[in-house]
Amino acid sequence: MIAYIVRRLIQGVFVLIIVSVLVFIVMRLLPGDPLMLYIAEHQLTLLPPEDIEALRVQFGLDKSLPLQYVDWVAGIFRGDLGTSIFFREKVADLIARRLPVTAYLGSLAFILSTIVGILAGVISAVRRGRPLDTGVTTAANLGITLPSFWLGILMIYLFALRLHWLPVYGYTSPFEDFWLSTRQAVMPVICLSVFSIASTARQARSSILEVVRQDYIRTAWAKGLRERVIVMRHVLKNGLIPVITLRGMHVSLIFGGAVVIETVFNIPGMGRLMVEAVLGRDYQVVQAGILLIALVVVLANLIVDISYGWLDPRVRYD
Amino acid sequence: MSVLLSVNNLKTWFKTDRGLVRAVDGVSYYISEREIIGLVGESGCGKSVSQLSVLQLIPTPPGEIVSGEVIFDGHDLLKFPANGPEMRSVRGGKIAMIFQEPMTSLNPVLTIGRQLTEMLELHLNMDSEAARERAIELLNLVGIPEAASRIDDYPHQFSGGMRQRVMIAMALSCNPKILIADEPTTAVDVTTQAQLLELMKDMVVRFNTSLIIVTHNLGVVARYAQRIYVMYAGRIVESGITKDIFGNPRHPYTIGLLACVPRLDEPRGRKLVPIVGLPPNLINMPPTCAFLPRCPYRIERCQQEPWPELRLIDGQHYTSCHVDTREK
Amino acid sequence: MLEKRTLPTDFTEMLPRVSEFRRFRRVFFSRRLVVFGLIVILALIVTAIFAPFIAPYNPYKMDLSRKLLQPCREHILGTDSLGRDTLSRVIYGTRTSLMVSVIAIGIAGSIGMTMGLLAGYFGGITNMVIMRFTDALMSFPMILLAMVVAAVLGGGLKNVIIALGVGMIAPYCRLMCGQVLSVKENDYITAGRAIGASNLRMMLGHILPNCFPPLIVLLTLMMGTVILAEASLSFLGIGITPLTAAWGSMVNDGYKYLLTHLMLSFAPGLAIMLVVFAFNMVGDGLRDALDPRLRGTL
Repeated sequence: MIAYIVRRLIQGVFVLIIVSVLVFIVMRLLPGDPLMLYIAEHQLTLLPPEDIEALRVQFGLDKSLPLQYVDWVAGIFRGDLGTSIFFREKVADLIARRLPVTAYLGSLAFILSTIVGILAGVISAVRRGRPLDTGVTTAANLGITLPSFWLGILMIYLFALRLHWLPVYGYTSPFEDFWLSTRQAVMPVICLSVFSIASTARQARSSILEVVRQDYIRTAWAKGLRERVIVMRHVLKNGLIPVITLRGMHVSLIFGGAVVIETVFNIPGMGRLMVEAVLGRDYQVVQAGILLIALVVVLANLIVDISYGWLDPRVRYD
Repeated sequence: MSVLLSVNNLKTWFKTDRGLVRAVDGVSYYISEREIIGLVGESGCGKSVSQLSVLQLIPTPPGEIVSGEVIFDGHDLLKFPANGPEMRSVRGGKIAMIFQEPMTSLNPVLTIGRQLTEMLELHLNMDSEAARERAIELLNLVGIPEAASRIDDYPHQFSGGMRQRVMIAMALSCNPKILIADEPTTAVDVTTQAQLLELMKDMVVRFNTSLIIVTHNLGVVARYAQRIYVMYAGRIVESGITKDIFGNPRHPYTIGLLACVPRLDEPRGRKLVPIVGLPPNLINMPPTCAFLPRCPYRIERCQQEPWPELRLIDGQHYTSCHVDTREK
Repeated sequence: MLEKRTLPTDFTEMLPRVSEFRRFRRVFFSRRLVVFGLIVILALIVTAIFAPFIAPYNPYKMDLSRKLLQPCREHILGTDSLGRDTLSRVIYGTRTSLMVSVIAIGIAGSIGMTMGLLAGYFGGITNMVIMRFTDALMSFPMILLAMVVAAVLGGGLKNVIIALGVGMIAPYCRLMCGQVLSVKENDYITAGRAIGASNLRMMLGHILPNCFPPLIVLLTLMMGTVILAEASLSFLGIGITPLTAAWGSMVNDGYKYLLTHLMLSFAPGLAIMLVVFAFNMVGDGLRDALDPRLRGTL
């Protein structure tokens, strides 16, 4: 088991390195000299050439690309993520404000989708062919086709504008005003989790149905165990393994959803920050933001993979 | 010796979208105390389905046990609900079954210890400590080395032969009256086959269990079974004591089967004679004898009459053929 | 002594022979939803091609005198804030969606499959490097990756297509690699090597053809994903000019008039759902018909 964890950790570090290189390269692919961009944005066009060159050295832009990469990574470890042009503040501070918001709503969505998705999938698998299964499967099939922004807009129309049950948009921290925060969070969290619930339910259902056909389930029946025991002890343990291993991907999905949902509901989170940064050509923010998000996803996948090792003994003793 | 299990005219059919498959179409047999019987036939003849029907383990759509009786312990098992408490106490507790594929018949995420103890806790009401000790004893009995430590291992850490031993231990753990072994040795190599069969025979004697060996391997039943039933296309075509079946086979299929088996006491250079043709498709079978297309003994009468019932030849020897095959 | 007798021919006919193609057809068309999906996709293609003939109005023509009309007899779905007929814009939206999706998947598929083929075939370091690279790609949420790539390349439809394509490389690479690895185990591959077939010939002639079934299923299933992604991007205003009739941006435009003109946002969103649903159903149907064993993985 330890060997497995170590191996997985090394893999993770490797992936992170590639991620950072990719981000660095992509940002450097931007047309134009980054120095000129900086000068234009800070209105320093009247500077004499020597000063411009001095700036170039100051920013380390005269070094070779690999060295610039090293500089950049070193800066990250120091906590220096650059300065946002748009917001005129340190990117690190900006992200520190925005990330918890997304993390809060995203976590709620993740937990909701795990529980509801797995329950729905299990119920529909166990009651296969009956009306409950048909209902859940149809709902799940529709759920993965719903554009989340469209759902958000329709929910706003119905629950906020017409019925006045929930506030139209906005975000309040749960520590400030819990009730308002919760009411504001209802629609965004639901929209964030719909796709994930539907996808999880489908995966869980098909995985469990696959397990039910296996020989060892027939053995379990032949042993005289009752259905509930067979389902809980034999079927679920095997059937949910693939579902759990895919949870990491859902972290990524929820982040992606946050980009759109935070825009619809005007929530000051990482997702909306990325949209604003991309549209506003605030490349420092884009660079830092996408790196951080990728980091979170890699970490989530790491945790998921390690718990997969704990769940499936065949992987452990490789 | 009293009869333990008596199966009468069992019919199990499957409704598929291509038609009705009569997998078991009127099978009757019995087994008594301390007996070993063999159920022989090629793949697809219905032998496995007949055994699964006894324990009502047939998936009920699309399968259905259409008619018949399974008399065990004074009751007709088929009258009980398929997953009710009576069937559940019979399964594993009174009639146990082991299957062909040891590689996939054990749950990969549970230790073999757990898979053993859950039976002991269920049928014998043992508490977990007693169950664990008994499980270690059983593993020793079937020849798993270092049972006390291996009890916490997972199935994938065992070889195929070892897993089959574990299956045998599991099956016998609650002292069932009957053990059904469905192709127990097909998926293992010849040496392991011999070991497993000897083990099963020992266990059966020790636990005073009767054994039904379902197989297509004539050699296996020749050595271990006292009586043999030969199945073809969902029915029993010949039955009798081993000596009669091997020494005096009467049904053309049995004769054909025996002719396929190479023998040590044959003259060299004799060619193996296969049975011509292919096994029948069990969908929409004609009412005539299913072996007819492949039968070298067929006569006019075979094409006109329905598949004959089993008729007594002598002693316990039955065959379902009109023709007296001794005349060829 | 057994006599030799010939087999009566009528009895061998008792065994029905089912060809692969007929089996495929039978399974594929057995579910009504799958057939429904197929019809919708065909309708989509026809609508996209013949949009100018089907749409009642010119989707680009602005007529401020007729702006923000409710659904009525002349404009079945009403008009937007610039007087453009909603129905026509939805119809023309099929062109955007289809074109973007097909090309993006084409890019993603070809790059991803090539990478997967190389990774699976050569194994070792090649495999490790390519797989880690794929892992890295998958660490970015697809929409974000597409957004950033689109931003870096500059705006415009062409770059959005490339961006989406890049975002979808990973699943194809993974799938292809897995397929290659399992196909590689087969004896006919070893036989091919033994007679000295070159690597290229092995890859293209022997391994690739056997990997097709799950790949085709993935191609279809990803259509739904990419259409949703494209809609999200155009909703956010990335890459699509305001003139283009794209469903996502139409939903965004309608957001401002939500209370009074629900149809402006509702109709294009419904179109998205319908099309994605159709592709998903057909993808499921293909998967069940080609190889039901894939059910767990795809």
